[in-house]
Amino acid sequence: MIETVLNIQNLRVSLPTDRGVLHAVRGIDLEIKPGQALCLVGESGCGKSLTAMSIMGLLPRYAKVTTDKFDLVGQDLTQKTQAKLAKMRGRDVAMIFQDPTSALNPTLTIGRQLTEGVMRSEGISRKEAEARAIELLERVGISNPAARLTQYPHGFSGGQRQRIMIASALMGQPRLLIADEPTTALDVTIQAQILQLLGELQSDLGLSMLLITHDLGVVAAIANEVAVMYAGRVAERGPAKDLFADPLHPYTRGLLAAIPVPGMTPRGSELPAIPGRVPGLIGPMAGCAFRDRCALSSPECGHDPVPQFKPGNNRFVECLRAGEAAP
Amino acid sequence: MISFISKRLCVAFCVCLTVSGLSFALMFLTGDPAIAIAGSGGRAEDAEAIRIAYGFDRPVTVQYLDWIGSALTGDLGQSIYFNVPVTEIIGNRVGVTLTLGFISFIVALAIAVPLGVAAALRPNGWIDRIALIIAVSGQAIPSFWLGLMSIVVFGVWYGLVPISGAATWQGYILPVVVLSYYAIPELMRITRSGMIDVLSTDYIRAAKAKGLPMHLVISRHALRNAVLPLVSLAAVQLGQLLSGSIVIESVFALNGLGRLAWESLLRSDLPVVQAIILILSLLYVLLTTLADILNAILDPRLRGAS
Repeated sequence: MIETVLNIQNLRVSLPTDRGVLHAVRGIDLEIKPGQALCLVGESGCGKSLTAMSIMGLLPRYAKVTTDKFDLVGQDLTQKTQAKLAKMRGRDVAMIFQDPTSALNPTLTIGRQLTEGVMRSEGISRKEAEARAIELLERVGISNPAARLTQYPHGFSGGQRQRIMIASALMGQPRLLIADEPTTALDVTIQAQILQLLGELQSDLGLSMLLITHDLGVVAAIANEVAVMYAGRVAERGPAKDLFADPLHPYTRGLLAAIPVPGMTPRGSELPAIPGRVPGLIGPMAGCAFRDRCALSSPECGHDPVPQFKPGNNRFVECLRAGEAAP
Repeated sequence: MISFISKRLCVAFCVCLTVSGLSFALMFLTGDPAIAIAGSGGRAEDAEAIRIAYGFDRPVTVQYLDWIGSALTGDLGQSIYFNVPVTEIIGNRVGVTLTLGFISFIVALAIAVPLGVAAALRPNGWIDRIALIIAVSGQAIPSFWLGLMSIVVFGVWYGLVPISGAATWQGYILPVVVLSYYAIPELMRITRSGMIDVLSTDYIRAAKAKGLPMHLVISRHALRNAVLPLVSLAAVQLGQLLSGSIVIESVFALNGLGRLAWESLLRSDLPVVQAIILILSLLYVLLTTLADILNAILDPRLRGAS
């Protein structure tokens, strides 16, 4: 049994733009143990999707990636050629995407799209692959799966398509499942169903999962562990329960305070919002990226490196004034 | 699928009817055909005799039904100029045009599609730039100039190929090159832009995420979607190539349909012109219908629509 499914140290991703180099991911550490679900939370543009893409090896060609350590199921990804990385996809790591309506090829049948990966990677026959596909479609809640293999994506609703995408990702029995905002494009009621399904699959199959979202409700539903990202760095990380009960980073606190609680938040009252905007990530940056929006910031917050604390129980926070009560 | 095809065929039939009506009407749009046949020095009695001999004195609808009836049985009338059946004249000329058109079309596709795909894989890469140069020059250089220059260089200076005529297969080399060079730019650019659109879609990313090697991602997932606009364009292009180019056929002295149409126009040989227009229009209808059906086979979403 391997100790970690995913172990990333100091991942940096930068993209050249017309206005200079955009440092999208600025040195993050991630670790996922077998059977664990890690949630990567953050607002748009904080680098969470690029992190996922770098694990899949599907970053655009012009992106520059550096790491100190990049292990997936005990294999060093930095030493792999493109062809070897392609072979790991689907078997060691699989991914489901944000928009299920566009993630299925409109011109190929569901059966073809589910089976093509494993028929190649495992060298099994179409019959065997279809048997597995039927089993998985049944598992994700598609009724009459055998008949639906011959249908095309446009015959399915958004929620059904996301179920099909999940089945497709599970075809290769991956060690790690990456879900990039899997519920964002769906109706609220469907969102809950998909989340429940993911949660069930995770506990039934012992899946390791990296779930990327900006929705803290999703986090609470599934995650064992949470990493809050801000401007390309992990601001705070810890077990989901602890992090929700006792957020240490001012940004995490701001996020949690902005969620209305039924029965607690007075009707019609203004929700507390975090003032200001996410800083631009082009060019060099010193100190804490959140300091301009932080009520606790002091001049020392602009200094590098930003102090990091590990207050026990697997928790981590990067903030000079971590844990101090907001005024 | 069957209902889709039958609907398309119904539409095609209606278009054919309209086209036949229009090409029949051409005869009368250019003035009184009897006077045209009698010639500029003809007397009124001659014109009257011709009118009766050719049946122009009958009501227009009767003439149309008569004409379409014999057209359906393969009789397109007599050439006024040669006084032999129109089908015979066209039959003698159509082979050259069809051979030239089909070969040029296949050559153009064989070059344009791979080049368009390669260009799309690395936009602004060196292949893309070369492809762009080919496209721009192909569209900018008039084919008569290119044809004449190629005759001068390869036919006259180097003597590699015959300078005119289609007596041997070598005679087709230069016309095919020039004609396909004319067809390549559009086909290639539409392949490129279709491919670039498709390659940025989520389902391509998903296909890569399944671990499929790049060549399968391109051939199975990308190309099938990217060729949809290409199919429609290719049908029209093939129609153009098969209808014969007056310029190319004149430059290379090939006796094809394009030249025949032009000569017949000059000779006021209306039955021939009429027949060529009818045949080419039907060819276009056939090709676009085939393209629609092919697209419906490629993209299941189209089968339900229209």
